[in-house]
Amino acid sequence: MSVIIAFSMDEALRALAAHPDALILSGGTDLLVEINEGHRRLGSSSADIATSPTVLAVDRLSELRSWTIDLERSQVHIGAGVTWSELVSEPLAGLIPALAEASRTVGSPQIRNAGTLGGNLGTCSPAGDGLPVLAALEAVVHLRSATHQRDLPVAEFMVGVKRTARLPGELITGVTLPIINGWQGYSKVGVRNAMVIATASTALVADRTKRQIRVALGSVGPTVLRCSEAETMLSAAVDWENGGVGSDQLREFGGLVAAASRPIDDHRSSAAYRRHSVGVMAQRLARRAFPLESGPPGQGKSSGI
Amino acid sequence: MTITETPATPLLPSPPTTADGLREGVIGTSPVRPDGIAKVQGSFEFSSDIFAEGALWGATLRSPHPHARILSVDLSGAWKINGVEAVITAEDVPGVLTYGLITHDQPVFARDIVRYVGEPVAAVAADHPETCRRALEAIVVTYEVLTPLLDAEAAIDGSSVPIHPDGNLIRHQRILCGDPEATGPVVVEGTYEIGMQDQAFLGLEAALAVPDSGGKGVELHVATQWLHEDRGQIAACLDLPVEQVRLVLGGVGGAFGAREDISLQVHCCLLALRLGKPVRMAYNRAESFLGHVHRHPARIWMRHHATAEGELVKIEARFVLDGGAYASTSSAVLINAVTHTQGPYRCPNAIVDGYAVRTNHLPCGAMRGFGVVQACFAHESQMDKLAQAAGLDPVEIRLINAMRTGDLLITGQPVESVAPVERCIRETAALAMPTEPIGGSDGDVMCLPGGAGRTADVSHIRRGVGWGVSIKNLMYSEGFDDYSTARCRMVNGVVTLKFATAEVGQGFVTIAAQIARTILGVDEVLLDRIDTGIGSAGSTSASRQTWMSGGAVDAACRQVRERFFEHVAAAYGLDPLRLGIDGTDVVDTMGDLRIPVTEAAVGVEFDETVEYRHRPTEDLDENGQGNCHVAFAFVAHRAVVDVDPDLGLVKVVQVATAQDVGRALNPLSVIGQIEGGIAQGLGLAVMEEIIQIDGRIRNASFTDYLLPTMLDMPPVLVALVEEPDPQAPLGAKGVGEPPCISVTPAVVAAIRDALRQVDGVGRDLHRVPVRPADIAL
Ligand SMILES: Cc1cc2nc3c(=O)[nH]c(=O)nc-3n(C[C@H](O)[C@H](O)[C@H](O)COP(=O)(O)OP(=O)(O)OC[C@H]3O[C@@H](n4cnc5c(N)ncnc54)[C@H](O)[C@@H]3O)c2cc1C
Repeated sequence: MSVIIAFSMDEALRALAAHPDALILSGGTDLLVEINEGHRRLGSSSADIATSPTVLAVDRLSELRSWTIDLERSQVHIGAGVTWSELVSEPLAGLIPALAEASRTVGSPQIRNAGTLGGNLGTCSPAGDGLPVLAALEAVVHLRSATHQRDLPVAEFMVGVKRTARLPGELITGVTLPIINGWQGYSKVGVRNAMVIATASTALVADRTKRQIRVALGSVGPTVLRCSEAETMLSAAVDWENGGVGSDQLREFGGLVAAASRPIDDHRSSAAYRRHSVGVMAQRLARRAFPLESGPPGQGKSSGI
Repeated sequence: MTITETPATPLLPSPPTTADGLREGVIGTSPVRPDGIAKVQGSFEFSSDIFAEGALWGATLRSPHPHARILSVDLSGAWKINGVEAVITAEDVPGVLTYGLITHDQPVFARDIVRYVGEPVAAVAADHPETCRRALEAIVVTYEVLTPLLDAEAAIDGSSVPIHPDGNLIRHQRILCGDPEATGPVVVEGTYEIGMQDQAFLGLEAALAVPDSGGKGVELHVATQWLHEDRGQIAACLDLPVEQVRLVLGGVGGAFGAREDISLQVHCCLLALRLGKPVRMAYNRAESFLGHVHRHPARIWMRHHATAEGELVKIEARFVLDGGAYASTSSAVLINAVTHTQGPYRCPNAIVDGYAVRTNHLPCGAMRGFGVVQACFAHESQMDKLAQAAGLDPVEIRLINAMRTGDLLITGQPVESVAPVERCIRETAALAMPTEPIGGSDGDVMCLPGGAGRTADVSHIRRGVGWGVSIKNLMYSEGFDDYSTARCRMVNGVVTLKFATAEVGQGFVTIAAQIARTILGVDEVLLDRIDTGIGSAGSTSASRQTWMSGGAVDAACRQVRERFFEHVAAAYGLDPLRLGIDGTDVVDTMGDLRIPVTEAAVGVEFDETVEYRHRPTEDLDENGQGNCHVAFAFVAHRAVVDVDPDLGLVKVVQVATAQDVGRALNPLSVIGQIEGGIAQGLGLAVMEEIIQIDGRIRNASFTDYLLPTMLDMPPVLVALVEEPDPQAPLGAKGVGEPPCISVTPAVVAAIRDALRQVDGVGRDLHRVPVRPADIAL
């Protein structure tokens, strides 16, 4: 096994050009688990070197480890090597609160100090906690190789279970996210109160400028799912001026979100529970976004779900 | 370090007296554990850290099928790999081909049939773990896959083909007590299920085997619960006399029953003897799940009859425990389960049938609570149903029926132990309820069910309270000749203790020195290496070591003290019976003589070895009657739980407990057992379960086998009920198992209570662990 430690973007891209299938190592919190569990092999003896993949460590690249705020264009660029711990801290947490909430659910403090947003994208697990937020915010993923550079909407970047649109030789350099005017939040169900893989998760963005609700679901499909029908329905039903919504509409919205999920039964949960839970989370998130009860006359004031 | 004789460990110096005037380090105080600082600092040598110059690595090839016939095994691929030094199978076992704690039904290596996923088929030794891995991959085993037996009921009714020469029924036991026709006006029934729990100790299975230079014997350094039992089973498989198999306790990182059975011991010794070189083996987490026995999954039906006032009249019950592929301790676990059917309550009549069966699931055996955990979830769920049916509250129904010393069990055995059941309940009830509102007072999301996932707001949550009370037998049962051995040497006033008691984290090393300090009036106590260089101490299980090995150390120290008094008495012309120990002095209780022990003991040496036995027990007869248990301990738990009914998520807010401990020899250690046990019982209540689908484990990692973390663990309020037990050598009852038993039903009862507030009805929740879907759907 050979390891290349890149100290500049240039070095990293050249190394990738020479070894397009190199295993890219960022925080290593996914990659090393895969290696230790034998899903990926790094040869240990000299005889294996010819066949074993090269590892390219990118955790020292300042371009990947930094973020920039562009208030003029109301957007934030986050390098692929930015850690969860940085995302839960100000100023990023204040600008993209849903991403901070998602980051806070990731693993333990040790994992949050090492694991990165780029690694979450690189793995592209349906349970990746950063991904529903990126999807609901319609983030753009930046990819670069020695020869080209391209930007992809995150929905196009995520292709399937642990499959992405990244091509051999490409590095994920970061994502760009809008700073929205409105409410955003993230919820995640797991069987433990912290340090747990999502059984199901939901991100909701209420974009006041566009008067648009956007919802993205984790762990209920091969990759993160958007819920267009539910989004359209709720965008039209809420009181954007006063921040209200009716309980009946919320229930309808929850039902549409649940219907948009495509969960499976596995050892972590039943499909039925996953479907149910995204419906509940979506209603509760929407209620947090629109705290006032503003349904048709005759409706009670309690927020129900 | 390694295999050189470990020097005896001096205990840490401690301040001279404690707040309540006791000399620090004696019984009743909580001195620092001798291994505590090393463990916290990470320098403690666990068995996986033991190293020897030139040691090879061993690894195990395991069956991928729950049930299959081995058609052929081709080892040639493994032999071709550079660095591979040994490849062994069943053909290479020189002695008996099977082992087991009660019956020898489990093969060292499967030869013709594999009976569970993970069963060992071959082992290799090589220069590096990676070489071992490749060697295992290169072994070609051809299997004819057979239909697995996965339904425990089918194993009982005889409809299944035997999957083992010993048959599919491991044991059936019936208990008939009193009048089978008796009945009462209040009748409740239910069927309960308990999932398979893992002991999940943190220190994985690991050992180092070092062959003697002549090749005639072997020394095994291993993390185990019972050195001598291992030794007997290993020697039989190796075809060596037991004296030629010497065991040394490697640092043990937890046990909880999972180290009672043989795992890698025989494989490691076989490889080392074959090669004449030291061999290390170490399981990783995934292999550990396959390599040790688990808690029996159980299905229990119970019907309780009571008077209109809620007094128990009769219990009918049927237990089915899935023992998995091999017998291990299943028959003893079954006896514990059925003999604890009634819980800590008086009940004059009973009809109980219990079955432990063999299936192609992972083998099950000992785990903290040993059958009583399963029984307790059922009987406590029943007591709550009974309370509701009789219009009583959960505390009242338990007080009405609370067992007292002298009451008869359904086996006809009188409870001679101190039985402060009522006091445990009342003292638990007297502990303060949580004062924080739902969600806490500062809005920290971690206070709500769902925690970091921010799934709920305060308005979604209901709070419930639940109770659980239990009885647990202490020590081994059914006529087992149970003893422990200890040696005490006093040389120039310095005491050295030797015993083979496995220190698995419970703190016997601390207690042993406390006993010696108290009896002999010394401060300095050295502990010799824990190995088979002395007689057996029995197993570190069944809540027995403080009683048994504590009893042995106590007796050995007392014998030394007698010799010492004789020596002092002769020197001063006194009757030795007049002498006593006061603090660190030897004193004439009827005169003025007072000399420091260290002074009086100069130049003399005493050396005494004692075997301590508890009173004998009997087998059960065919109607389940007989004095099969030695002694009992009791505990009550009250759980306060916040529940999110729509998402099914749970946050345990507080657990209060009063435990019958006899006497707290080391209060801090007792609290440690109580808090740890509660965490384990909470885990079983809401998250811990090994999932097997079609006989294959699906969550053999801590990613998916979820253990409670600090963020799931509530504050625990503890009252120690100290009524010294006259039968116990030091008045102290075992405290290891009771904490994890009734907390599980208490948490589930609290969830039911919370859900009842939603619609007045709630949910049955007849299965643990309770999954979110069981609540929300
Ligand atoms: C104990 C534990 C708990 C965890 N809990 C959670 C959790 O709660 N939620 C969650 O979402 N995840 C969790 N994870 C998974 C993991 O921490 C996250 O997915 C993390 O974001 C991965 O980031 P990393 O920097 O460590 O990635 P790495 O492991 O370094 O890489 C992950 C993958 O991305 C690729 N990659 C990394 N950087 C780039 C790049 N710049 N360009 C192209 N490809 C790249 C790698 O080649 C690899 O395939 C947990 C992991 C552990 C070990």
